[in-house]
Amino acid sequence: MDWQRMLTLAAGELIAPQTAAFALAAIGLNVHFGFTGLLNMGHAGFMLLGAYGFAISTIAGAPFWLAFLVAIVAAILFALILGIPTLKLRGDYLAIVTISAAEIIRLLGRSTLFTDLTGASSGLRGNTYKATFQALSPLPDGTTAIGPFEYGNNLSNGWWVRIAAWALVLLAVLVVYLLVRSPWGRVLRGIREDEDAVRALGKSVYAYKMQALVLGGVLGALGGVVYVLPTSVQPDAMGRAMTFFVWTVLLLGGAATIFGPILGAMIFFVALSVVRTSMRELLPSDIFGPAQIEPLSGILIGVFLMLLVIFRPQGIMGDKKELTFHVR
Amino acid sequence: MSADPTAAPSGPGSPAMASPSTALVGLDPRPGVPKPDPILVVDDVERRFGGLTAVDVEHLEVQRGVITALIGPNGAGKTTLFNLVTGFDRPSSGSWTFDGRSMSNVNAAKTSRAGMVRTFQLTKALSRMTVLDNMRLGARDQPGENMLAALARPLWRRREQEITAKADELLVRFKLDHLRDEFAGSLSGGQRKLLEMARALMSDPVMVMLDEPMAGVNPALTQSLLGHVQALRDEGMTVLFVEHDMHMVRHISDWVVVMAEGRVVAEGPPEGVMADPAVIDAYLGAHHDTDLGDDALLADEVIEQLEHEAQVEEEEHHGKQS
Ligand SMILES: Nc1ncnc2c1ncn2[C@@H]1O[C@H](COP(=O)(O)OP(=O)(O)OP(=O)(O)O)[C@@H](O)[C@H]1O
Ligand SMILES: [Mg+2]
Repeated sequence: MDWQRMLTLAAGELIAPQTAAFALAAIGLNVHFGFTGLLNMGHAGFMLLGAYGFAISTIAGAPFWLAFLVAIVAAILFALILGIPTLKLRGDYLAIVTISAAEIIRLLGRSTLFTDLTGASSGLRGNTYKATFQALSPLPDGTTAIGPFEYGNNLSNGWWVRIAAWALVLLAVLVVYLLVRSPWGRVLRGIREDEDAVRALGKSVYAYKMQALVLGGVLGALGGVVYVLPTSVQPDAMGRAMTFFVWTVLLLGGAATIFGPILGAMIFFVALSVVRTSMRELLPSDIFGPAQIEPLSGILIGVFLMLLVIFRPQGIMGDKKELTFHVR
Repeated sequence: MSADPTAAPSGPGSPAMASPSTALVGLDPRPGVPKPDPILVVDDVERRFGGLTAVDVEHLEVQRGVITALIGPNGAGKTTLFNLVTGFDRPSSGSWTFDGRSMSNVNAAKTSRAGMVRTFQLTKALSRMTVLDNMRLGARDQPGENMLAALARPLWRRREQEITAKADELLVRFKLDHLRDEFAGSLSGGQRKLLEMARALMSDPVMVMLDEPMAGVNPALTQSLLGHVQALRDEGMTVLFVEHDMHMVRHISDWVVVMAEGRVVAEGPPEGVMADPAVIDAYLGAHHDTDLGDDALLADEVIEQLEHEAQVEEEEHHGKQS
């Protein structure tokens, strides 16, 4: 077994665009769940909507920043539609509504109703919407190696998308950091614990929850954009499993922490890469073909998520006293 | 007690205090009596839970700038009435005004912003926030609570300093200053009660509504807090509180409203109302010819004794019925 190759592959996940995409999405989910206590069980819906918004408007001829804006506006509208009927109700309702709403987005996307726009179940090929983003690259063409990492500067899965993606992640972290240590963030943390107490102090709980839902949703949509930039828009790759991966990332790093989502995303994808490669290498390939490895690693992630919530509910960075679960 | 010369003489040891309750002197002590300057006026408010009528108040006025106690046996509907007027519950029918404005269809947050701030019988200290953050959350006019302004610290830093200074001052007064940076979840039951009351005062409410504020608070501290509540009243705040502790009721209230089975059954100055047969009936059943205002009665043991008797009586009563 080639350990060197395995480690390089795994290390590559640390800075991969996919890792950045999940970090962004998890930062958004952290605003929902970690800081406000909103149970959003359909985060992939926001991501897919962002991806569609960006890709479809680019294909229709929009310049990069307009397409970026479309992705954001789509997430805002989606958050409003989800929030208006549910945020006045108990928390569980939002969970149910978000699960189904995310599925609806995916099913609509893959249905043949809008094939012209979404490409139905085969999705949208990356080449059809990447050009405006690639054109923004200030990097010269060529290949750059930094340590073990060697990528083409402007390839669709190269340095430029990595730089842009992680810059976006850092910007999101900064914004969330500024917000949650502000009095606005204090109101959210109050709501997370006891809405009525916060109401009694004269704060419009509904408005705050809506703001949090919108902000987290927008970050999810941006995660979706980053996710599809180096690849393609595949509605079936952005379904329930993706939502659960984002949850795993968040809980692993630590909900209600600032850097938890980034750390969680890095550990998650490094671990996943190690698990996949070693399973591929170590398990007899006549029984465990690639078709079995994928669901098997999915099962491992599920078991891991359970163990995590049971044994370390605060995640890696969390403070046990400030848990977002009710644990003594 | 009150500066009311016509009121029944207060018992020995009861401190004589100046009070702004002179406005209520000579008022006819009957349920629903109009007050000279009411801040809260409740009309025909009814709240039913299935077949049970928890609150059925025909008319009730709460005088501005005085301390009004709301008493009554368990299940009388006191908390439900609080929930209704503060927008936490909806009445089956009825209306009320606060400070002249109709508040019947106003939600809890807006009611609070209008100046009617309440605490809860079952405390709602935000346990995963620090004591200081709990206090700060009670403050008003913090521009940093706006999402966009929150991003720019200079826009809210000064106000935050003012808020923190005020919080610290109140924490000292409520003997919680040494717990300032602890998570509120680590506080004892009595300390949580104190924290909740202090937090409610952060907004300088026009009227503060306290649901059993002193339950579980040690007597020495109760004394000093009662002084504080009186000071707040003297500065013009209106206080309405629910309390089972008759010492406290007698000690600081200017006016007492008695509820039983959802209705207001009696109103009046504390000394008078505790001698009212309707009140004694409500508390102790129909067969006692004692006066709740009697000082001897105020000894806890005696009250317990009486309550016990009442309970036994009631059980016997039920026993006969079934
Ligand atoms: N949410 C509810 N659903 C059904 N019944 C309720 C509800 N809330 C209160 N009640 C009933 O209404 C009546 C009045 O309750 P409430 O809590 O107002 O009494 P209280 O005067 O505050 O009593 P205590 O002194 O024990 O706090 C009780 O009989 C109670 O069982
Ligand atoms: Mg009560």
